[in-house]
Amino acid sequence: MSDKTSTSNESFLNDAGNRAMLFQIALLALVVFIGYYLFSNLQANLANRGISTGFTFLNEPAGFPVLIHLIEYTEADTYGRAFVVALLNTFVISFIGIVLATLIGIVMGLARLSRNWLVARLATVYIESLRNIPLLLQMFFWYFAVLSALPSPKNSLLFGDFMLNKRGIYSPNPIVQDGFGLVIFGFIVSIIASIALIVWAKKRQIRTGDWFPAYWGSLGIMIVVTLAFYFIAGSPLEFDLPQKSRFNVTGGMVLPPEFVAVLIALATYTGSFIAEIVRAGILSVNWGQTEAARSLGLADNLTQRMIVLPQALRVIIPPLTSQYLNLAKNSSLGAAIAYPELVAVVMGTTLNQTGQAIETIGLCMLVYGSLSLSISLFMNWYNKKMSLTER
Amino acid sequence: MAIIFKPSPSLPPPTNSVGAVAWVKQNLLSSPLNVFLTLFSAYILYLLLPPVIQWGLIDATWTGESSQACKAAGGACWAFIGVYFEQFMYGLYPSEEVWRINLAVILLVLMVASFAIKTVNKLYLSIAIIVVYPVVAYILFAGGSFGLVVVETSNWGGLFLTTLLGVVGIVASFPLGVLLALGRRSNMPIAKSVCVVFIETIRAVPLITIMFMASVMIPLFLPEGLNFDKLMRVIIGITLFSAAYMAEVIRGGLQAIPKGQYEAADAMGLTYWQSMILVILPQALKLVIPGIVNTFIGLFKDTTLVYIVGMFDLLGRIQAATHDSNWLGTSVEGYAFAGFVYWAFCFGMSRYSMAVERKLETGHKRN
Repeated sequence: MSDKTSTSNESFLNDAGNRAMLFQIALLALVVFIGYYLFSNLQANLANRGISTGFTFLNEPAGFPVLIHLIEYTEADTYGRAFVVALLNTFVISFIGIVLATLIGIVMGLARLSRNWLVARLATVYIESLRNIPLLLQMFFWYFAVLSALPSPKNSLLFGDFMLNKRGIYSPNPIVQDGFGLVIFGFIVSIIASIALIVWAKKRQIRTGDWFPAYWGSLGIMIVVTLAFYFIAGSPLEFDLPQKSRFNVTGGMVLPPEFVAVLIALATYTGSFIAEIVRAGILSVNWGQTEAARSLGLADNLTQRMIVLPQALRVIIPPLTSQYLNLAKNSSLGAAIAYPELVAVVMGTTLNQTGQAIETIGLCMLVYGSLSLSISLFMNWYNKKMSLTER
Repeated sequence: MAIIFKPSPSLPPPTNSVGAVAWVKQNLLSSPLNVFLTLFSAYILYLLLPPVIQWGLIDATWTGESSQACKAAGGACWAFIGVYFEQFMYGLYPSEEVWRINLAVILLVLMVASFAIKTVNKLYLSIAIIVVYPVVAYILFAGGSFGLVVVETSNWGGLFLTTLLGVVGIVASFPLGVLLALGRRSNMPIAKSVCVVFIETIRAVPLITIMFMASVMIPLFLPEGLNFDKLMRVIIGITLFSAAYMAEVIRGGLQAIPKGQYEAADAMGLTYWQSMILVILPQALKLVIPGIVNTFIGLFKDTTLVYIVGMFDLLGRIQAATHDSNWLGTSVEGYAFAGFVYWAFCFGMSRYSMAVERKLETGHKRN
């Protein structure tokens, strides 16, 4: 907006560009000053407490147990290994939680749209009650009220080879025998075969217009081929069944109550949000689209699958992304009921024992930051693929 | 003689398309799948409802001094809620001082309610609520002046603390959120990147990390000797956290304002701040009221996290009370009560935001 002919008459500050520059310099100076001030205080405080900065503590022995670990871990292992264990716990619960929450969300969202009055009401009650109760309260409810009210190991509830008691859910543990590689090979072969089937079906449909149920077909191929290889290899899987002893249960695979409580709470809570997103997405597709599909003679299920769903997905995906991110972040509430995830192990125990505040909190922020970034990158890619292609 | 055409009265609709029977046929039994779904839902209801009613109402015990009194009946022990009710509401705030909290709440309700009176000057009233009321409320809550007994913030708790954190968090984060949103949309590269980095960093991490930072880290960043109350630190953490979310909500509103409005304000010769305050923000904020209410609902639920850093809000007080040896085995009752209180608040607010949305709807909705 600077007017070259009259700059000589005007003060420096009358130019909007100059003012913006001055303001930004001041802002930058302020940010740098605050950063410097906090950092120098920090250094002084750390020096007073005799804490040295740096990540060397990751190589020192941790000395505390982590109850749930997917990889080998003992108290003698290092803080670094404890960090990896906690990281895996966070990933596992986020991943399974996302899958379950999506399933619950789709079912409940469709149920709320159902023409069946009773089903729609029940879904509404589910969604509106779970959405409006804090997640932490729900975790406490599942952990302290439901799972700790289960019987002791001695009086375990039995469901076939599965067992349910205070210490968790026990299931048979598959043990891989020789020749299992053949089964994996068969599985890979079946995947290649089903991809080929889908490609062939699509080509044939474009050429002749005939339609082939390729997805059901590929599912069938995968099951049949994998099972065939399994039996050819001589059933190379054995199951370690949980056995009840006097005070405990030995053998089998255990899902500890902390894990189950966090998982149920995360999946049902996030599922209620996803249900609303699914419902809004489907409602956003113009009714005219359904009518047009019907007038073309498409059956009801084809109308839903080929006309409504692809258009609804476009509306559903962006908010769905943020729900997935929320779930991953909310898994940190597991710290409150002693599920050893990232925050509990790193910002809780490690921070308490070593006093390395900056490093531990930095690590946590780095992990959550990259988790958010990767989920949103993936979703952006998917979103781009699904979005409207206009001329 | 003219022939007068007399229409015969309409026949009633066929009996199988009106009335309760037809409703059941259409809504519950229209197809084999629907029959199955109806039966399935009815079975779930049959499994859930009778035991819950039996436990919660019929077999429940409403008075008593310990959980022994409830053992005989075998149902819910609501006496537990009755005995601990004051703690759940006010935390460990001294009983004889509780009137101060009540007075502050009544004052606030009266002030907000007087918005409905036409003769009251809305501007003065807003200033009174935003500037004067917090000071009055702080004096009432904390005490120490006007002959009021000092009440340590560590004794603040229960629903009082929950509401306090939620309300203070949302009110304090609002101006910060507006500034961040404006900064994110500004043309100044440095200001913009400062805002973007702040917003995205905060939004990427869970609130619990911010809580830990507030309770453990802030003392490390301050010079020796300078330290302040834990409640204050947590409030700062919550405010920064919700400011980032608020900024994104407000940014949505700013983006929804047509470019013509910005250009018209420029053409009138308004400065940046004049055009924002007089033209853009009033329209943008009106658009995002539902979004702000949703942020508030989220924040209200998230205040439960203060329990993790050792403060006793409603959930924290209930959690502590269930460990009372007189009342062992009453955790379900406690959680049910807490769940009901949170649900009532959040559900009420979400209905309110939907009503506002409908009221502000200007008819662009496609149906």
